[in-house]
Amino acid sequence: MAIRPKAFDLGMHTEQLSGRSQQRFFSPEESERFVYPDAFTVDFAKRAEFDAENMSPQEINLRLRELMSQGVGSIVIRNPGAKHSVAVGILNRLNLEIDGSLGYFGCGLIDGPNIRIKGRVGWSCAENMMAGTVVIEKNAGSTFGAALRGGDLVCKGDVGARVGIDMKGGTILIGGRAGAFCGFMMQRGRMVILGDAGKNLGDSMYDGTIYVGGKIDDLGVDAVEGEMTERDVQWLERKLKLYGLAAPRGVANMTKIVAGKQLWNYDNLEPAEKKLVL
Amino acid sequence: MCGIAGVIHTGSTGAIGEEMTSMLRSMKHRGPDSTGFALYGKPQNGELLLRFKVAEQEDMSKGFDIRHQVKQRRAEVDRRLAELGATIVAAEEATDYAFRYRIRYDGDRRRFADYIEDVEGAEILSLGLGLELIKDLGDATRVSGQYNLAGFVGTHAIGHTRMATESDVDIRSAHPYWAYPFADVSVVHNGQLTNYWKGRRALEHRGHRFVSDCDSELIAVYLADKMQQGAKLEDAMKDSIEELDGVFTYLVATADSLGMAKDTMAAKPMVLYESDEFIALASEEVAIRSVFPHEIDTFDPYEGEVRVWKS
Repeated sequence: MAIRPKAFDLGMHTEQLSGRSQQRFFSPEESERFVYPDAFTVDFAKRAEFDAENMSPQEINLRLRELMSQGVGSIVIRNPGAKHSVAVGILNRLNLEIDGSLGYFGCGLIDGPNIRIKGRVGWSCAENMMAGTVVIEKNAGSTFGAALRGGDLVCKGDVGARVGIDMKGGTILIGGRAGAFCGFMMQRGRMVILGDAGKNLGDSMYDGTIYVGGKIDDLGVDAVEGEMTERDVQWLERKLKLYGLAAPRGVANMTKIVAGKQLWNYDNLEPAEKKLVL
Repeated sequence: MCGIAGVIHTGSTGAIGEEMTSMLRSMKHRGPDSTGFALYGKPQNGELLLRFKVAEQEDMSKGFDIRHQVKQRRAEVDRRLAELGATIVAAEEATDYAFRYRIRYDGDRRRFADYIEDVEGAEILSLGLGLELIKDLGDATRVSGQYNLAGFVGTHAIGHTRMATESDVDIRSAHPYWAYPFADVSVVHNGQLTNYWKGRRALEHRGHRFVSDCDSELIAVYLADKMQQGAKLEDAMKDSIEELDGVFTYLVATADSLGMAKDTMAAKPMVLYESDEFIALASEEVAIRSVFPHEIDTFDPYEGEVRVWKS
């Protein structure tokens, strides 16, 4: 894959690796922080577990809320049975372990909990996640981390198509392979794919960074190869170590993909110019 | 939306009627309008299994004369079978309007199908040595109970639970589709084909017939046409990825195989569980988990992927 030096000449790819991107806009320590009316104060030392085998997704989520309202901060869900929309809308700190697999839309719209899933997740896991960590031990379906705003979303296995489409912050880490259209219209944040990436990677991305450890089928429109810096290497080593992951060929040999930013102000271009950009 | 599912036991038989009922029941939320099953049993003595209907379910509540008409239509089918040289070994009434015949027939199957379907209201749901194709209005529990499918033992099966979007709520538009005139070939599909009319016109010019306006039928007829020209199932499926336009995931079954294909956009879901003895696929993992209560390892096939398994 050819490097496009023009992008560097234009001063692009200079995003500073200063931590989770949402911290530019939101700090939980600041007094003006937004406080959710439905958030609970919990104690991690208070533990509970329950069996979800004969419960509906609504019953599971209501049970979680009930436990959190009692101040329980460490919860284990047994036999989740790949049910949909489980563990959604959790807006406070919580240590949650899911002993099995989730279906579609698991862990969506969360802000703060640390969730570990021992099995697999279906489509749209952690959609619109704002903060916290979600770690999946096996595989994940498509649209993994769509519109992610913050936090760390980790899948140790393979993931389907359209990972992190429209992501606006946070970090997605994938231990294996990812499908097509990953990072489509990505606006901010970082995505790390340790295996191969499918076609149209980073198509129409506005900003953010994608690191790939394996081969890339092809890049999408306006996605270009960036220069791996020492900052990138340090950040990747630190982040991967946190979750017990490693790049097969070493972090320094990963490929960095960024936005060419040729499509910015796209609508101001004349038709003939658009053809040159695309 | 629609939900599709498939199972195959490699080297053995299993309770595929019960398995498919359970899988489709767990995906009722993906579409309760109609449910269909293509179940594959062991062929017996070279006899053909003929599943056909002579009216739609909703016809049975219209008019005073419909039951008499159904009787007349069935009698006409019987007469035409005799005229074609087919011997009826056994005849069962699956419902008031749908029938299951075991027949002996060695002639041309296209001519057979065309002549039988020329009877008013008649539609052949399936014709094959091992295939039994059942589809009707309602959810999986209702259709399975109506046709007594829970005890069905066989090697493999595909099924469909339908949310009607672009065609009517009737049996004609329900899946699976038999790949007329090929014995034992059936298809279920989740998605939308955007070059349906173009593809349909081309296939009609080649002499194929369509019984519905459902885009999914195009896949069955497309594969039948390819195989008629000598293509192997897997090659025909690979061609379909390039030539069918739109977003789709489909399953196809033949007398001894189960295949899956996913379009290059990967916009329609499919979850796969694979072991040495058993393979299960479904639009949602919750369907696979309905036959595997314990934890299993599953994954999503990728864009443009075609896979085929033998029973």
